[in-house]
Amino acid sequence: MLFGYSFADLGSILAMQGFAGLVLFSVFVLMALGLAIIFGQMGVINMAHGEFMILGAYITFLVEKLFVAFLPGAFSLYFFFAIALAFCASGLLGMAVEWLLIRHLYRRPLDTLLATWGLSLILQQVYRSIFGAREVGVELPGWMMGSMHLSGTIEIPINGLIVMAITALITAGVFILILRAPWGRQVRAVMQNRAMAGAVGIDAGRVDRLTFGLGCGIAGVAGSAFTMIGSTSPTAGQLYIVDTFLVVVFGGAQSLIGTIASAFTISQARSTMEFFLSGSMAQVVVLLFVVGILMLRPQGLFVLKLRR
Amino acid sequence: MQAGIPRLCTALGDQRMSEYSSNPPPISAARRRILQGLAALPALGLLPRSARADKPATAAVNTTGLAVTDDTVTVGILHSISGTMALSETGSVEAEKLAIAQINAQGGVLGRKINFVQEDGASDWPTFAEKARKLLVQDKCAAVFGCWTSASRKAVLPVFEQYNGMLYYPTFYEGLEQSKNVIYTGQEATQQILAGLDWVTKEKGAKTFYLLGSDYIWPRTSNKIARKHIENHMTGTRVVGEDYFPLGHTQFNSVINKMKLVKPDVIYAIIVGGSNVAFYKQLKAAGVDLNKQTLMTISVTEDEIVGIGGENIAGAYACMKYFQSIKNPNNEKFVPAFKEMWGQSSVIGDVTQAAYLGPWLWLLTAQKAGSFDIDKIAAASPGVEFKGAPEGYVRIHENHHLWSRTRVGRARTDGQYDVIYETADLMEPNPFPKGYQ
Repeated sequence: MLFGYSFADLGSILAMQGFAGLVLFSVFVLMALGLAIIFGQMGVINMAHGEFMILGAYITFLVEKLFVAFLPGAFSLYFFFAIALAFCASGLLGMAVEWLLIRHLYRRPLDTLLATWGLSLILQQVYRSIFGAREVGVELPGWMMGSMHLSGTIEIPINGLIVMAITALITAGVFILILRAPWGRQVRAVMQNRAMAGAVGIDAGRVDRLTFGLGCGIAGVAGSAFTMIGSTSPTAGQLYIVDTFLVVVFGGAQSLIGTIASAFTISQARSTMEFFLSGSMAQVVVLLFVVGILMLRPQGLFVLKLRR
Repeated sequence: MQAGIPRLCTALGDQRMSEYSSNPPPISAARRRILQGLAALPALGLLPRSARADKPATAAVNTTGLAVTDDTVTVGILHSISGTMALSETGSVEAEKLAIAQINAQGGVLGRKINFVQEDGASDWPTFAEKARKLLVQDKCAAVFGCWTSASRKAVLPVFEQYNGMLYYPTFYEGLEQSKNVIYTGQEATQQILAGLDWVTKEKGAKTFYLLGSDYIWPRTSNKIARKHIENHMTGTRVVGEDYFPLGHTQFNSVINKMKLVKPDVIYAIIVGGSNVAFYKQLKAAGVDLNKQTLMTISVTEDEIVGIGGENIAGAYACMKYFQSIKNPNNEKFVPAFKEMWGQSSVIGDVTQAAYLGPWLWLLTAQKAGSFDIDKIAAASPGVEFKGAPEGYVRIHENHHLWSRTRVGRARTDGQYDVIYETADLMEPNPFPKGYQ
């Protein structure tokens, strides 16, 4: 007996909590990846990240309504269209925002913080005016909302599996794009030395716009995926923004590997703590732990070695 | 500013009134619709006998300089229509406007039409206090209908006490408060909790309870009361777990796993806001069937189910005083009137109904007191009864809370509740419960 549980129970705890931790890990990676690209590669602190996510969620809501109205036969598959559309919508909005707002502020990082915070308030009010202040319910196809029954106490939620699959795909895509594709080389070149990148013929402005668009598009995918596990309301983006920044800063702002390692550490710590402590206390312990690490390593877990 | 005007108006009063009666103002389309919806209200037996005939003089009904003229009286509406809380408070604003329109359509209060000034608390507690001060000092509102969260009420309470205003507060809340300047039209914690626990223990044979809540004063106080009741006032029952989550928490998989192992007879959930949606979606995804696992909540009204999705919460029990599906003649008129004014797809939750009671209780109290003066309203409030309440019948207690029935509803997939139990008697409001603190 341990903590009042029998050994058979502890076995199932390990299995289910391990899975819960993995789901949380996927959620964190999905939330943080877009922000890490924008923050890490461009140095822009995007306070409106949550609102780009919620745009994805509202797109999912609209696609669901359209499918119910016009294509009820294909309802069980609408989610995939919604994700693609959410990526495009958030990405396009992101590129527009970059062109109108962000590109004028690249040399003033604190001003981008203020400007994107203002943007987040504007977007919230826009959602409120269009969709109403109340939460909207996104109905999901039946097959996405069940669980797989493995034993008496072990059940695996299917939506958790879907989130994990989406995260794996997006992460793999981003890594190939940034680390292997020619375009990614341009992004890294601009990040490391803007002037030199320009001198060798890279259109830095275009690279910036596409990078920002990519980050926002991934946020849209995250928002779309989170309709499975959370709420869709004008201010729901605020629920995610703190955790998102926590993951990115803890991992080391410029390192995508760092983001993933940090998401893994924080999610496992939290899901384990939540089991043995109350939810609020778990949060406190995890935050203390993160603050402690950051005091020892102000750059975060992983630092990119650069010659300045 | 207006103190000198009433006396002058009184002299002109008779002449104005005859003009008014011989030449009624044109009725707008919107008002006509409300009037149609209202056609049956006289059946409720609360129309003042021919309002115009016994309209008292302004100087007599207003001795403290409130915004009362011969024809109008000004009240305030103070809710968040922007920010996080807008999603909860919108329904309350709608209900209050409906009640005011209905009261005006039947002749107003003491012969005077109600004008309202609406202010936005913007989900920010200092803003609530500032706007409350504005409504009382600048607009001289005879009554204010507003606030939703306990935090906003606590922020405006000193303002209402300092400037001697009257607040009608609609939300079910944790109790532990009583003020001359506030009428609490929602239930306090013991009214909402005790009957539900008794019912679930008796009907479901429940022995073990798992308490959950968002981490702030209302869920914590309510769960404290629930725990005391489970441990000290019922036999053979015990609490097997208690957990709190930060507001806005979106990951409940760990606690769901914990509950699967502990296997409580009843999950008692007081989770609020966006967290609700995450909790019920994840509960369903984790394979917890609410038709087999009893879950009781005191925080999910029909309003919240719109966001959660009926299919995710069907089978859960909610314990509160009002459900949209209650069958009684008052409610059968209230629901269509509300939908007529605010759209067919709107839903009405417990707090929305409680907000609707505010203007009516104020009307009845003013009639009983024969005055708009705050002190007279406060003194006349105890004993005022409203037979036309959509929830049935309510009466104001000495402690400014309402006597009301508590009901248990079971969530259906279409987002409505089936009412399956109601207390035989009115529950007495007891904001400072002995033995529960």
